[in-house]
Amino acid sequence: MSGWQTLLRKEVLRFWKVAFQTVAAPIVTAMLYLLIFGHVLEEHVQVYDGVGYTAFLLPGLAMMSLLQNAFANSSSSLIQSKIMGNLVFILVAPLSHWAWFVAYVGSSVLRGLVVGTGVLLVTAWAAELRFAHPLWIGVFAVLGAGLLGALGVIAGLWAEKFDQMAAFQNFLIMPMTFLSGVFYSIHSLPPFWQAVSHLNPFFYMIDGARYGFFGVSDVSPWLSLAVVGTAFVLVAALTLHLLRIGYKIRH
Amino acid sequence: MSAAVRFDHVSKRFDTPRGPLHALQDVAFDIEAGEFFGLLGPNGAGKTTLISILAGLSRPSSGRVAVFGIDVHADPMQARRRLGIVPQELVFDPFFTVREALRFQSGYFGIRGNDAWIDELLAGLGLTDKADTNMRQLSGGMKRRVMVAQALVHRPPVIVLDEPTAGVDVELRQTLWAFISRLNREGSTVLLTTHYLEEAEALCGRIAMLRAGRVIALERTADLLKRASANVLRFKTDQMLPAALAARARVTGRIKQIKVHDAYEVEQTLAALRQAGVVMEDIEVHKADLEDVFLDFMAVQPTAEAPA
Repeated sequence: MSGWQTLLRKEVLRFWKVAFQTVAAPIVTAMLYLLIFGHVLEEHVQVYDGVGYTAFLLPGLAMMSLLQNAFANSSSSLIQSKIMGNLVFILVAPLSHWAWFVAYVGSSVLRGLVVGTGVLLVTAWAAELRFAHPLWIGVFAVLGAGLLGALGVIAGLWAEKFDQMAAFQNFLIMPMTFLSGVFYSIHSLPPFWQAVSHLNPFFYMIDGARYGFFGVSDVSPWLSLAVVGTAFVLVAALTLHLLRIGYKIRH
Repeated sequence: MSAAVRFDHVSKRFDTPRGPLHALQDVAFDIEAGEFFGLLGPNGAGKTTLISILAGLSRPSSGRVAVFGIDVHADPMQARRRLGIVPQELVFDPFFTVREALRFQSGYFGIRGNDAWIDELLAGLGLTDKADTNMRQLSGGMKRRVMVAQALVHRPPVIVLDEPTAGVDVELRQTLWAFISRLNREGSTVLLTTHYLEEAEALCGRIAMLRAGRVIALERTADLLKRASANVLRFKTDQMLPAALAARARVTGRIKQIKVHDAYEVEQTLAALRQAGVVMEDIEVHKADLEDVFLDFMAVQPTAEAPA
């Protein structure tokens, strides 16, 4: 019997006990985006043939919420435990860096999936969604949440104060998610910004997931899978390394 | 049989903007299985740094630490199973109840179905009626008890308490020491740091004193007490002492204590006090206690050399 299951369970309960704030709140936020952007732009923007703007927007919103909450989960859990000091109870336990990784990233994936699914459920009335390739949806949802959960671990280890964490979130995570094509197809951008968007790994997560819904996307889902998969492997390797050396948590 | 805890020439250097700080310098001693061992020293002497290294929270700059022969850095998983650490800072997880916190802590050590032992810990530490209370709602003293229980969920053979009674009430201290003494009698090794020298004197069979990162004394408590060459004249007064006596006195509010070696010195001191017009109450002469020995050590021993 090993400790990783307990740590994973604890991390899941941590967000579930405050689900109003960690699950319900982001779903409400996504609904507000939908009401405003959907209402304003439905008549004016047509992205793919036969797909209304609101229908186009929904998968992007669900993915954006999923990614942001996966990041928020591991990062806030770690920084809170560091600042409260209760991380010590985990530090003195015989838990390997793999146990930490599975628990913090796994709970983040779960929270991301719960929020993402919740967004789809409460916004389903707004437009008719297709699920052209459900497997692709699942692949990009899990990989994307895993990538952001691991990034959250890195941010949580690195940040020493809440404002450093806020900076990481506001200056890195938020722009990258917002500029990833949640609200528009990057084909509508000028060539320069199209090229920039192609450097943003978040674009491939959203675009890949959208392929799963509509069967159409800006780039091939295989390219998206390659980019997101590679990014996940790199970030996961860095996360495991930092956990193994106890970066900023063991002196 | 290897020692329960072996500090093998442990040094720890911190690089600060003002140059290197030698928090620990060549600390070397063993704690044998079953001992109740005290680690004393003023603030900043390096006690907590030493315990952090033992706990694997910090790495030594040189030297090694082993628990029952297991190197805490080469094989941290096995070492941590043998250690129960109660950290000095009062910390808790605000999301959970006392019982949940203890079940999680058991789970981290791979232990399921630990409720019988958890109940025993709760009873032993006077926490039974708080089992289902959220950690946030507990008083500081109660949180401290939970921290002790958390350190003991896996029945560690070595229990490390870093100033567990700092700022807690008398009741907790007594509950805690009764429980820890019982575990010690049943075979656990205990390493205690405390500011309450009375506690160390009462509980610890052997004591190491640290100052400025160095071990300056390592002896059986009884032998340490024997080294106190003097007796102590103790009395209460509201008045200032004459300068010559004030320099030699240990002052705790109204209570003044002056070291005396023989009856002649007692008479002389009392005469000097009377002459200065000092009105004394509750005069007594008693044997020096650990606090006197401790103060002697801190005052007499040479200070650590300047950082290399």
